[in-house]
Amino acid sequence: MLQLVNVAKTFNPGGVNEKAALREITLHVKEGEVVTIIGSNGAGKSTLLNVIAGVYEIEAGKVLLDSQDITRWPEHIRAAWIGRVFQDPLKGTAASMTIEENLALALRRGRPRRLHRGITPSERQLFKEQLALLGLGLEERMTTRVGLLSGGQRQALTVLMATIATPKLLLLDEHTAALDPRTARTVVELTEKIIARHRLTTLMVTHNLEQALRTGNRTIMMHEGRIILDLSGPERARTTVADLLKMFEKASGSAFADDRVLLTGNQGSL
Amino acid sequence: MSLNVWLGALEQGLLWGAMVVGVYMTFRVLDYPDLTIDSAFTMGAAVAAKFILSGYNPWLSLVVAILCGALAGLITGLLHTRLRVAPLLSGILTMIALYSINLRIMGQANLSLLRVETIFTWAKGLPALGPFGPALLGLLVVALVLIILHLFLKTELGMGIRATGDNEQMIRSLGVNTSTMKLVGLAIANALVALSGGLVAQYQGFADIGMGIGMIIAGLASVIIGEALVGSQTLFRALLAAVTGSIIYRAVISLVLQLGLPPTDLKLLTSLIVVIAMSFPLVRQRLGLRALRLRSEQGAATGQRSQDL
Ligand SMILES: Nc1ncnc2c1ncn2[C@@H]1O[C@H](COP(=O)(O)OP(=O)(O)O)[C@@H](O)[C@H]1O
Ligand SMILES: [Mg+2]
Repeated sequence: MLQLVNVAKTFNPGGVNEKAALREITLHVKEGEVVTIIGSNGAGKSTLLNVIAGVYEIEAGKVLLDSQDITRWPEHIRAAWIGRVFQDPLKGTAASMTIEENLALALRRGRPRRLHRGITPSERQLFKEQLALLGLGLEERMTTRVGLLSGGQRQALTVLMATIATPKLLLLDEHTAALDPRTARTVVELTEKIIARHRLTTLMVTHNLEQALRTGNRTIMMHEGRIILDLSGPERARTTVADLLKMFEKASGSAFADDRVLLTGNQGSL
Repeated sequence: MSLNVWLGALEQGLLWGAMVVGVYMTFRVLDYPDLTIDSAFTMGAAVAAKFILSGYNPWLSLVVAILCGALAGLITGLLHTRLRVAPLLSGILTMIALYSINLRIMGQANLSLLRVETIFTWAKGLPALGPFGPALLGLLVVALVLIILHLFLKTELGMGIRATGDNEQMIRSLGVNTSTMKLVGLAIANALVALSGGLVAQYQGFADIGMGIGMIIAGLASVIIGEALVGSQTLFRALLAAVTGSIIYRAVISLVLQLGLPPTDLKLLTSLIVVIAMSFPLVRQRLGLRALRLRSEQGAATGQRSQDL
């Protein structure tokens, strides 16, 4: 389904701020697999998703989607197949446009924008039904500007937008990190429901180790631009948060540099 | 003030209104501080005047003005999207280049239309309309502009352009080529500005190489006034606000001229209006004139956010 072969990405090559964000990343993700990605700040998790989505060009390696080499495809062409949700709730929606307009933009992901009507009545019906499934009452506020919604509502809407035109691949980058714990839980549950409904192949970055083990069927850990751990199957089922932290220390030779993780790890739940 | 003066302000507000809608389109819809506008306005006037003086139909001259304006916007857009020139500089480059081109089009710094048929001599000749001919003609043109633009901005393409101005990263992740959107948006905005220039030249009876100077600021002042009074809750309201703002702006100008302000001080006054409006943080926020603010102000805000969380 998704293959990365020896992918390398360096920011500001040759400059004083040179930063190798990804080094020889090789990763195969199977159809329907839900992979959670963990790692300390600056490990390259976001860069990995951006490289897959085509936001950045890479210096070396290949990206294949459904055995097609998409390495040189620009972001807006790849977007036909890739749904994304960013960490910042402000980044996934157009604040000055209404809920239904945002959904209509998303429904046309990867399709040419022509002089046709921006929203048809039957689409409105579809949006109403889909919004009702979120359980946030947004179906009654379809002509409300998105800028008036709360962060949680916006993020829930973004999840719906990323999936309303079913993508081949869903990329989630700490998409609940900016929300308060309760809202975060709602959005996580909602995301899991949508992933299950469409059997979406998913890459999900999270800083919550407990959630990383609980969600999906595979977990990878990144450190300094490399994948240092790849867990799945029974081995993953046996792993605890404490094990993860130990594995991290062993593989990287340093402590997990993210205080949020310890906090959530100790609590054991969100 | 006499009825005549008010009628004049209304006429001017409507005719310059197309320009204000163009400014709204770049600054508010596309979030692109486009300085092409000054020269696109002159270009519209120059092209319309030249065509009329060469014996063509005054309406046709407006069509050509629109096309030329679109081309000017396209050039600015190409400088930005292809050559990666910053938005402000891309507009300045086109503006300066068009100064020479406009002079070439006109052949001299000033063209008089006093002795030829224009759409306004035609409107004034319709006895049924009395003194309201020019105002009604302006109203007709501006209403058409608003209706067509409103319909357009609700199409797939129009919504793509709006989303590009609102959140470029998001709409690119939804598969839209934002470069194309900027090109189309800039072309439409400058087409409107040139249309306005063509109308104004016919209305005033001349085209002048300097008539576009300060258009952007006049347009911004009008947009700010309009949004403060009419609001921008819906797209249609925002478009209507632009035209309303234009009319009120022209009325204010007429008023201060009546009160004895020398016409040469008008540009100073207009700049002051914008500066004062922008110095109110609340106004600034409410109006959301993002294109006018320093990027760092936004960057700082969002950067702060992602670090906090
Ligand atoms: N656009 C960029 N320009 C320069 N450096 C960047 C850019 N994006 C990320 N980096 C750097 O690359 C490294 C990996 O960043 P990122 O992928 O965002 O990490 P993570 O998401 O795992 O926290 C970091 O050191 C970061 O500073
Ligand atoms: Mg990140």
